[in-house]
Parts: sequence; C-alpha cells; structure tokens
Amino acid sequence: MEHALQLEELQLIEALRGGDERAFEELMRMYQAALVRVAQIYVSSRAVAEEVVQETWLAVLNGIDRFEGRSSLKTWIFRILANRAKTRAERERRTIPFSALRSPEGVPESAVYADRFLDPEHPRWPGHWATPPTQWPEERLLGQETQRMIDEAIERLPAAQRAVITLRDVQGWSGEEVCNALELTETNQRVLLHRARSKVRRALEEYLLEDQ
Amino acid sequence: MTETVEQLSCQELVELVTDYLEGALSAEQRARFEAHLEPCRGCTAYVAQMRATIELVGRLMPEDISPEAEAALLGVFRNWKS
Repeated sequence: MEHALQLEELQLIEALRGGDERAFEELMRMYQAALVRVAQIYVSSRAVAEEVVQETWLAVLNGIDRFEGRSSLKTWIFRILANRAKTRAERERRTIPFSALRSPEGVPESAVYADRFLDPEHPRWPGHWATPPTQWPEERLLGQETQRMIDEAIERLPAAQRAVITLRDVQGWSGEEVCNALELTETNQRVLLHRARSKVRRALEEYLLEDQ
Repeated sequence: MTETVEQLSCQELVELVTDYLEGALSAEQRARFEAHLEPCRGCTAYVAQMRATIELVGRLMPEDISPEAEAALLGVFRNWKS
C-alpha cells in the first residue's frame, strides 16, 4: 500500500533511531492502550496481552532502522503486534477468536431484540416497532454515572468488538486505519462496529429507563 | 399494496444504521432508508440514540498507561539503547 509519511512521523522515526527516549514515550502514549486492546482479541488474558505488547515494542525498536515507510508507522506497529499475538495464541492453542475478525457475520446478532418489533408477518405493520424507543433524558446523559456505565458496557463486549469501538469511537481512528491495523475488510469492520455500538446503545437505554 | 419499491421495516432499518452513518449505503439504499426514517418517529428516536451513543463513547478518556507498564517499557527502551 502506498503511503506518504507525514513530517511528524518522519521526525518521530528519526528521533527513535537516534535513541531519543522522549520519542519513545510519545509513541507509548499514543498506542499503548490501543495495542493492549488489540492484543486481547487474540490472547486469553490482559496479562498475556501486556506481555505481547512489550515484545512488540522491542521488535519495533529492533526493526526501526529497517522500516521503509511503505505503510504508516502506526500500521507497521500494529502489524508487528498482530503477528506476535497470533504466534502467542497458537502457543496457547487458542484459535476461536480469529473467526470473530474474519467472518463476524457467521454468528448472527440483532442490534435490537426481536421482541421490540411486531411480527414480520403482521398484516398491517410487519416488523414495525412494538415498543418504540423514546427520547432520552438529556440531563442524565452527561452524568459521570452514565460515563462509568458506558465504560462497563464496553468492557463486557467480545474482544474484537471492543477493540473496534475503542479505536474508532474512543481514540478517533478512521475506518481505514482500523482496517489496516486489524487486517479487517471494510465490511467486517463495520459489522463489528455496528454490533459494538448497538450493544452500548442497548445498555444505555436499559440504564436510562430503569427508574422511570 | 401498490407496486412501489419495497419499503424497509423498522427491524431492517436498525441493522443499517451504522452503514448509513458511515456513508456505506448505495444511493438507492440511502433513499429507502431516508424515506422510511422521515415519517417514522420510532426510527428517528432510534437513530438519535445511536448518534448520542457515539458521542458519549467519544467522551470517554483513552485509558492511561499504568505506571508499572510505563516503567517496564522504559526499561526495555534503555536496554535496547545501550
């Protein structure tokens, strides 16, 4: 894939090659949390994920002299991570999670439970809302309690969905960047994002309506 | 029923919301989506909830690196450098 390195990226790479610790710290701040999230798709625990990330950083440092800039630095770092994490997962004999990335549609999931809708065979309003959503109370949306609840809802997501929503909506990456980092097709990226957002919406709805 | 383009149901619409917001629908799909949305209060509320969800998730602070992890990684860096 063609990629023109940005000036900022070039400066970081040069600083890193020169052994500049601040450049390394900056990269850590930018990517550590995202790397751990992505590693968790492949391996069984947070602790193992952190080990894989640490190995990844060492591989990044050892490889930085040979980095040619054919992809962005970010994509390159996440590719290294994915390879390390896959190797580690094989050693752990953990293979199931890959299907979550490759064919998420293999396991159907509804954004909204079917019992919220009228029957698809309903004579007049097939598939129409039986219990339509309502407007959310604005003042409760912005409370800290709500933020904590959203955080917990994201924690409960399957790892692939959790990684995609974290990168897209918390870290603000573009869809293309997420596809590159996770080696996902655009369609699969959207399926995972859709499921993640739909579940967080559902959790919010339950939370906001529980004492009404 | 008249012979118009088949209409989306609410149950179908909710599965297309992300594709809609991501601009991934074809012009024809988009037109069907919007034709349903405009008069449907339930789906209008639903799409508003999805937009609010995205905005609220966007307010979360990215997780900070733990002091332990930071210390360990700086150790890796200093070893590599020497």
